[in-house]
Amino acid sequence: MATVAIPRAPGRDRWLSLLPYVVLGLATIPILVLYVWLFYSSFFPRIEGFRPIGGFTFDNWRFLWDPASVPQMRNRPPIIPLTVNTLLFATLTSLISLLVSSMAGYAFSRLRFKGRRVFLGGVLLLHSFPSVTLLIALFVVLRTLGLYDKLVGVILVQTAFALPFGIWIMKGFFDNIPWDLEMSALVDGAGRLRTWWRIMLPLVKPGLLALGILLFVEGWNQFLLPFVFMPSGSQQTLSTLVRGILGEGRFVDYGLLTAVGLYYILPVLVLFVVAQEQLMRIYAGGVKG
Amino acid sequence: MAHIEEITLPRERPAAARWRFNATALLFMGPAMLLVLVFFIAPVIITFAMSFTDLATSTGLSNWQWIGPENYARIFRSQFWMTILGNTLIYVAVVLAFNVVVGLGVALLSVHMEPKAGGVFRALWLLPRISPSVVYALMWTWAAASPPFGMLNYLVEPFGLEPRYWIQSDPWLIVIFINGFVGASFGMLILTSAIKAIPEDLFRAAQVDGASALQVVRRITLPLIKWPVLFVLVYQTMSLFASYEYILLTTNGGPGLFATETWSLWAFHTALANYYGNLEFAYGAAMAAILVIMGLGISVVLLRTFRFGQLVAEPRVEVE
Repeated sequence: MATVAIPRAPGRDRWLSLLPYVVLGLATIPILVLYVWLFYSSFFPRIEGFRPIGGFTFDNWRFLWDPASVPQMRNRPPIIPLTVNTLLFATLTSLISLLVSSMAGYAFSRLRFKGRRVFLGGVLLLHSFPSVTLLIALFVVLRTLGLYDKLVGVILVQTAFALPFGIWIMKGFFDNIPWDLEMSALVDGAGRLRTWWRIMLPLVKPGLLALGILLFVEGWNQFLLPFVFMPSGSQQTLSTLVRGILGEGRFVDYGLLTAVGLYYILPVLVLFVVAQEQLMRIYAGGVKG
Repeated sequence: MAHIEEITLPRERPAAARWRFNATALLFMGPAMLLVLVFFIAPVIITFAMSFTDLATSTGLSNWQWIGPENYARIFRSQFWMTILGNTLIYVAVVLAFNVVVGLGVALLSVHMEPKAGGVFRALWLLPRISPSVVYALMWTWAAASPPFGMLNYLVEPFGLEPRYWIQSDPWLIVIFINGFVGASFGMLILTSAIKAIPEDLFRAAQVDGASALQVVRRITLPLIKWPVLFVLVYQTMSLFASYEYILLTTNGGPGLFATETWSLWAFHTALANYYGNLEFAYGAAMAAILVIMGLGISVVLLRTFRFGQLVAEPRVEVE
């Protein structure tokens, strides 16, 4: 990949090479302030504007070890089960979507079958379909299947929603693999399924990893589906907890909220730092609004 | 794209082999088809069918009736549909402009830096997209909060503006900012990779010819990323039309009656979350159906205008 070479001529153009830093630096301030505040605010009793009131404290974090003393947490499911639910949701949706979309992506890349083009176009169309349209009817579908207000139902919906993107990305990865490798296996009499599992999947491992991380983050972050389809009880996730506390009123306890928020966002931030390159590439390569 | 069957199988396949082959395809496609059928295709059909019934919490899943196009008539009898349509158009237009201009700006500026620094800036701009929507909304809720909290009040203080609760007083500003900063990263990523794909020779040649940085951007970079910019424009338009999550989490369509309510949020509120307790699935489904039709209409217009088919097939860099 080429990096853009900037003329570094002395004189008139000199200040121009500093200009990007200044302009972009200024434009990025709002984002920086928001995230620094999130971090900062969780360790002080109160922040007014940018000024902390009171000393450094872990008091906002006591929802982790002493939830009974936090009034906002009293009528809510405990934090650990919520975390487990969120983790379960993110892990299962990403694993199932990976499996299903790598199977379909392989078929689209390697097999010629009736309706291939129609399916492929349809998948792309589904990706841009307004989700609110699906949600309303899914309410009825989940009720009918007895999956309403259950984690399983929401996992299935999220998995399905991730498919159009996943299938297109996986098809792209398989398209990039030369087919002579797989050909020798097929000639030797190995079945398609075996070839796919033993030969093809290991070859697209980096792609699987990148897509897996992206799907995990999306599952972890998901708010609307648990909010709409799991309104009650112990099966909720961290997103609905944060939303619940935030929605309680206009004068909210920002100390507690930022602590819970930071607790919730931390795994995503760690993943982002570790796998930043992969995430950037898959976001840029795929189509994601 | 090479298809392996073209080599391994004779052109005139015996019926048994063809059947086996389709069976293999079915095996690989099966799980995806099942999920798509139950969670995409069925809901779409149900939405359109449902929009001609009176299904709501009050009727339950068994006591509903067909009522013809009454729900559609009701939408256009509502005194709010014009406001909400107007809101939707403003929302899409302004946030789109913010997304594309800022996304392009960040892409251009970040590639004109040391590669490391550019990467750091792009990572920072990607942060809002990878953050949970509720946490990102929490941060903006704080930024817009009334005194003594909030960032915006402290920022405008030196300019002599009264401190205020921004979500009440300037809801649109918050809606545009919260969506703008998220959406800009899409354009940034697509356009950054497009700029990086431009052959370096072109920049070197310009440099040798003594072109200034601004001339390079105007005469070389911008014309060469015309297609990716159009792609971002079209794609973002479609996503914005359907999106409502960040509005739901901040202004929730308010303050008051429908001040920042967009069409998709209206459908969501009507069918899935309202204060009256009666979820009107069928009425909401009619709104959602209109959203789909509007979306299709817009995509046809955009297809015509930008020749979308050519757009997606076009190589990243096109040299005229």
